[in-house]
Amino acid sequence: MAEPAQGALKTSHDGRWRWRPQWTARMALIPAMTITIVCFYGFIIWTFVISLTRSRLLPVYKFTGFDQYVRLFANERWWTAMQNIAIHGFLFIGGCIVFGYLLAILIDRGIKAEGMFRTVFMLPLSMSFIVTGVIWQWVMNPGLGLQDAVRELGWTTFEFNWIVRQDRAIYTLAIAGIWQQVGLCMALFLAGLRNVDPNIWKASRVDGIPVWRVYLHVITPMMRTVFFTVFILMSAIVMKAYDLVVALTGGGPGFSSDLPAKFVVDHILNRQELGLGAAGAFVLLCTVIAVISPYIHFELRKARDGGGH
Amino acid sequence: MRFNRLALYGLLGIAALMILAPVFIMVSTSLKPMDEIRDGSIFALPVEPSFDAWREAWSGDCSQTAGGNCGGLSSSFLTSVKIVIPALFLSVGLGAVTGYALAAWKMRGANLMFAALLVGMFIPPQVTLYPLIIMVRELGIFGSIPGLVLVHVIWGVAFTTMMFRNFFKTVPQDLLKAARIDGAGFWPLFWHVMLPLSLPILGVAMILQFTYIWNDFLLGLTFGGRSGQPMTVALNNLVGSQFGEKEYNVDMAATMLTALPTLAVYLLSGRLFVRGIAAGAVKG
Repeated sequence: MAEPAQGALKTSHDGRWRWRPQWTARMALIPAMTITIVCFYGFIIWTFVISLTRSRLLPVYKFTGFDQYVRLFANERWWTAMQNIAIHGFLFIGGCIVFGYLLAILIDRGIKAEGMFRTVFMLPLSMSFIVTGVIWQWVMNPGLGLQDAVRELGWTTFEFNWIVRQDRAIYTLAIAGIWQQVGLCMALFLAGLRNVDPNIWKASRVDGIPVWRVYLHVITPMMRTVFFTVFILMSAIVMKAYDLVVALTGGGPGFSSDLPAKFVVDHILNRQELGLGAAGAFVLLCTVIAVISPYIHFELRKARDGGGH
Repeated sequence: MRFNRLALYGLLGIAALMILAPVFIMVSTSLKPMDEIRDGSIFALPVEPSFDAWREAWSGDCSQTAGGNCGGLSSSFLTSVKIVIPALFLSVGLGAVTGYALAAWKMRGANLMFAALLVGMFIPPQVTLYPLIIMVRELGIFGSIPGLVLVHVIWGVAFTTMMFRNFFKTVPQDLLKAARIDGAGFWPLFWHVMLPLSLPILGVAMILQFTYIWNDFLLGLTFGGRSGQPMTVALNNLVGSQFGEKEYNVDMAATMLTALPTLAVYLLSGRLFVRGIAAGAVKG
């Protein structure tokens, strides 16, 4: 790691003091390093410190131990949010993986107009979660949206009013979320499928194995790392999910579709419960770390072994 | 065989329709007058298409909206442009230099820094939000465009650095060695060798950063204040704050206006976007 670079060897011969390019390289790292150390890790510690205090509107450094965490875990809205993130995470990640993989397989079957289909499936990715939320709020509007349109076709008892129902609003998040992110999963799976050795297909054709069995028993196990990556990326989206809830349901009706990320922002910015919000943020961070640490480990090993290829 | 092909295209067609339907509904609703919306289905094409709702969403109509949003989206469009351009160049530029330094110059701690940045990409912004507010306020730029630019650069640098670092790692080491033996310093090597090599990745990083910054909501909401509201925040206020009868056509026109810049970039850049989105997906 610390082997001398070429430039250093060259300049050290003539004995005189000279500015070395390595020092410039070091200086070039200062801004990014400052941001990383101060704004990422330093601020995480700061948030943790705030979570140990009684702070409400402004930070007050009177420590109360883990009182805020006790309050947090006794908070009904927090538990609703935690339960919701489990439901939403399961449906959203599951839906993205299943539909994304299916779409990738369909596209991989050597179709015409592949580029067009890919462009269409990835179109929602270019839009913000706010835009997605507002569109779907309109589509799922019980009075004038999809429910009304289907009823006008003759099916007068058709019901799709989930967005205004306490017990169903959380599912609407998964619908809008999958719509937006399925294209990304498709693209990642498709890249994986294109890396499959063509000889596998030749061999299976010679042996007369049906295509679906090749996918199920041969290709899918080979795609382990892609499934892993997609799972991690979608989890990260779930943990951060704030914009989509705000635009689609506003966390409602009541707090029935609340998510932890929204709980945190609300308590920090609007409810003058800084300490409680900080405690929520820290719990959220711990969840993120628990989920992504295998991935980080995997990426770092890859970087060390293969130089980042 | 023939049946299989038909089923294949059938399934793809259905999937494509399901993806496009909400986009179609958005466009057609924005072109309808309100009574058509009330009487007809959301799937119906506008009978008398008009751009009235677009005009109202863009420049505002104070008789219809309450709560200080009668400026329409035009002013927040300008705000978004003023945020995106400097934030885009600063975050991509800083990422390119940092990624280059990490990848091409052997330094103690480079791997540690790589790991720190990788983890940093996954940190939910909510976790560092409050300390960041204090910092920006102490700098005296809270609620202003420079404040938002700074916050976007802070949040973007981990991602842009990773993109460039991973790309520069693929540059053959012999090339770097040769350049160094010729006495090329840090900056000449960057400007004359590395940067020209990295043009494709530069394009990818620009496109994605543009999309992320334009689409951001949380940072704009927190750091924008009243004068620095980007378009996503203004859209959310517009949709949420109408009194009296809701004008869905104006809502949809406003949504369309907010989505258009990133949609246009996506459709024009095609392949580059697809290439980069996988690398940048972690930013959500």
